[in-house]
Amino acid sequence: MKVKLKVWRQKNSQSKGEFKNYELDNVSSDMSFLEMLDVLNEELIKKGEEAVEFDSDCREGICGACSCVINGQAHGPDKASTTCQVYMRVFKDGDTITIEPWRAKAFPVIKDLVVDRSAFDRIQQAGGYTGAKTGPHADANSTLISKPLADQAMSSASCIGCGACVAACPNASASLFTAAKISQFAVLPQGQPLRADRVIKMVERMDQEGFGNCTNIGECQAVCPAEISISNIAMMKREYARAIAQPPRQEVRDEA
Amino acid sequence: MIQLNSNIPEGSIDKKWSDHKGHIKLVNPANKRKYNIIVVGTGLAGASAAASLAEMGYNVQNFCIQDSARRAHSIAAQGGINAAKNYPNDGDSVFRLFYDTVKGGDFRAREANVHRLAECSVNIIDQCVAQGVPFAREYSGELANRSFGGAQVSRTFYARGQTGQQLLLGAYSAQMRQVEAKKIQLFERREMLDLVLIDGKARGIIVRNLVTGKLERYVGDAVLLATGGYGRIYYLSTNAFNSNCNAIWKAHKRGALFANPCYTQIHPTCIPVSGDYQSKLTLMSESLRNDGRVWVPKNKSDVKKNPAQILDEDRDYYLERRYPSFGNLVPRDVASRNAKMVCDEGRGVGESGLAVYLDFRDAIKRDGKKTISEKYGNLFDMYQRITNENPYEVPMRIYPAVHYTMGGLWVDYNLMSNIPGLHVLGEANFSDHGANRLGASALMQGLCDGYFVIPYTLGHYLASNTLTKVTTDHPAFTEAENSVQDQINKIMAAGKKGTRTPNEIYRTLGKIMWDHVGMGRTAQGLQKAITEIQKLRNEFWNNLKLTGSDQDFNKNLEIAGRVADFLELGELMARDALHRNESCGGHFREEYQTPEGEAKRDDENFCYVGAWEFKGVGKDPVLHKEKLEFENVHLAQRSYK
Repeated sequence: MKVKLKVWRQKNSQSKGEFKNYELDNVSSDMSFLEMLDVLNEELIKKGEEAVEFDSDCREGICGACSCVINGQAHGPDKASTTCQVYMRVFKDGDTITIEPWRAKAFPVIKDLVVDRSAFDRIQQAGGYTGAKTGPHADANSTLISKPLADQAMSSASCIGCGACVAACPNASASLFTAAKISQFAVLPQGQPLRADRVIKMVERMDQEGFGNCTNIGECQAVCPAEISISNIAMMKREYARAIAQPPRQEVRDEA
Repeated sequence: MIQLNSNIPEGSIDKKWSDHKGHIKLVNPANKRKYNIIVVGTGLAGASAAASLAEMGYNVQNFCIQDSARRAHSIAAQGGINAAKNYPNDGDSVFRLFYDTVKGGDFRAREANVHRLAECSVNIIDQCVAQGVPFAREYSGELANRSFGGAQVSRTFYARGQTGQQLLLGAYSAQMRQVEAKKIQLFERREMLDLVLIDGKARGIIVRNLVTGKLERYVGDAVLLATGGYGRIYYLSTNAFNSNCNAIWKAHKRGALFANPCYTQIHPTCIPVSGDYQSKLTLMSESLRNDGRVWVPKNKSDVKKNPAQILDEDRDYYLERRYPSFGNLVPRDVASRNAKMVCDEGRGVGESGLAVYLDFRDAIKRDGKKTISEKYGNLFDMYQRITNENPYEVPMRIYPAVHYTMGGLWVDYNLMSNIPGLHVLGEANFSDHGANRLGASALMQGLCDGYFVIPYTLGHYLASNTLTKVTTDHPAFTEAENSVQDQINKIMAAGKKGTRTPNEIYRTLGKIMWDHVGMGRTAQGLQKAITEIQKLRNEFWNNLKLTGSDQDFNKNLEIAGRVADFLELGELMARDALHRNESCGGHFREEYQTPEGEAKRDDENFCYVGAWEFKGVGKDPVLHKEKLEFENVHLAQRSYK
């Protein structure tokens, strides 16, 4: 099939950027979306032009690197899939496909479709851990965790850190991402010692990074490749209320 | 003259590691903050090492190619991690895990290293649980287990089909805590392009900032490489797009010996190739072989038939037939070669004829769709997404694909290479898996190296050596940086001259490697590979087409740099395979096989680690042999019948 592409080109973070149009023939429906971009890039290089830059790594939906807004939807039209898991069979011959990077103040564009998501790592480093250090620990089975609870924690832990939730949210909120990690640890016995500190610090870091606030729209859940539920956000908000209602710990209060 | 000393401690195999820990030198807690340690890579081995060392008090500088440390390819590992806990009470023990791994490696691994791995495996699970890794649980609240290839016990711990992700996120959480505490400085979007030696010791690295293109210098008291495997030399593999051999290859060119490069693992269950544009092969976890049954039609005339219409008596469940004891759970090299064999006979299925069936019909009938979905849900979804076929209703089509590399930089018992101060962890080193890695043991090795070995052995190195204070102004840094810039300038210049893009040349290299240095190797094919690689290397430097600038984000320039290194490593792999006149594990020389088509080892002449010394591009490398002694496991023809 033949496809028409409108691709966002931006030289660097200081440049304005604009859409450029391309046409691609002989696209196989078994090709993945990124393989289609590879083919476009090979043609551009042969013509002496600069290739379209985009992030990718595992190309199988787990690393969270790939990050295109395709026809206005983060990660394209399929549910629970990443950009690299979109296959050209979801498009028709002659379709126009608009390709953009994640749009959010907290994710500045580096070049073309590549953005800077380091804000996500800075949220994690504020509290996304149990605090356990490397060394001998109690036998793994001495901490009993019921299967439903383990499954719930696993569902929250499946977040791949791609940022689609931010891209899809009209407020560019990072709530789903932050809530997923907070919720994973809030329900596990290992997460209890730092439970209050964690939610306060991570929420405050999330706010400092320039993300918007959550107003319960739900676009995030709709595009999440890992199918993280917005019930995680509800849990984060409850956890936060519970944490700040506790008698203040001096270190945490001082940082506020 | 390079002397290979494995530094294996004396004593009985089950006491070597604990005695070693009791006697090695330590760095006083208050002195640790005086040391700077460079860790390249943030996968399981790199993240666990960086986090553990920082927690101990060392200052760590940690580098990764991706935009976030959590995207290292360990994230994609699916099926599970082995540990000798014996929770299922089915006969597992440290000794049995040790034995299975040595046998699985076809008696080409270092016994002492493997035993240590088995000993530490139990601590790894405890560590991960303490970090909040959400392993699968039974209804009792205890950890669940499943079986993997090459073992007759259920010793694998897992988190759905995303175990690598959860283990990496556990290590990443500890790593990020240290970043916040400013004990780890994390440098993302950096690619290591050279190693800096001062007074013969590893003291620093040169990296390229992948956003600005600038070259940067970093100095340390030791350098740890945890940069993964080189399977992407085959272009099509289960590895990530950015996986490469740059760091270890550059270290090799600076003097680090490269051991057993020809030991590459081809995983039997991957989604088959569907077109020339394909950029990677997707793994279907080995854990699926717990419940899936592998088969091809008995008759060639049935290969294009709808599998639902092929009756059981017309199906050849060839693994169950040939290996009654292990059935579908034979080790990977055995399963891969059998798949190739039946396809070569003309009984392969799918459009290309290069596929076999992995069928869940009987498991679904026995356990119900819900149970199967709980165990493998995400894997089935992944398969359907890619092929547009529903594995709950039709059998999966699978074919072997390059997945892991057992070879890597040579290290001693302390995980140090022959270059003092240069330590190598995880898949990047050669040590524990011999000629074939068992499933669920890569995750085990990466974490063992990072959590439980290097924190001890690095201290021993630091406390045993006087390290003069150096800065990045040292002439060795200038020389290395100039050498890297030179290479980049050469690539940019070459890229203006020709017609073939880096990816085109890369694909050609991948095909040469797959055809001649793949599942079945012959002397003739390997010679051909060497000649063709040399020709292709010449073409790379004289007929390349590249656009953009090196002072910018330029993915194709990165690829070109990686291909340049692969074009040298490929030759070494072929030479290694050519010199090793035997078959063992993943290295199969068609000239050396048993009458049943199994690998035929030559223990009298080849029971050693082949460690190669770089002598210059285009010059013959020099082979050093580390003889392998097997005192605890009886050398035998590996049988899984």
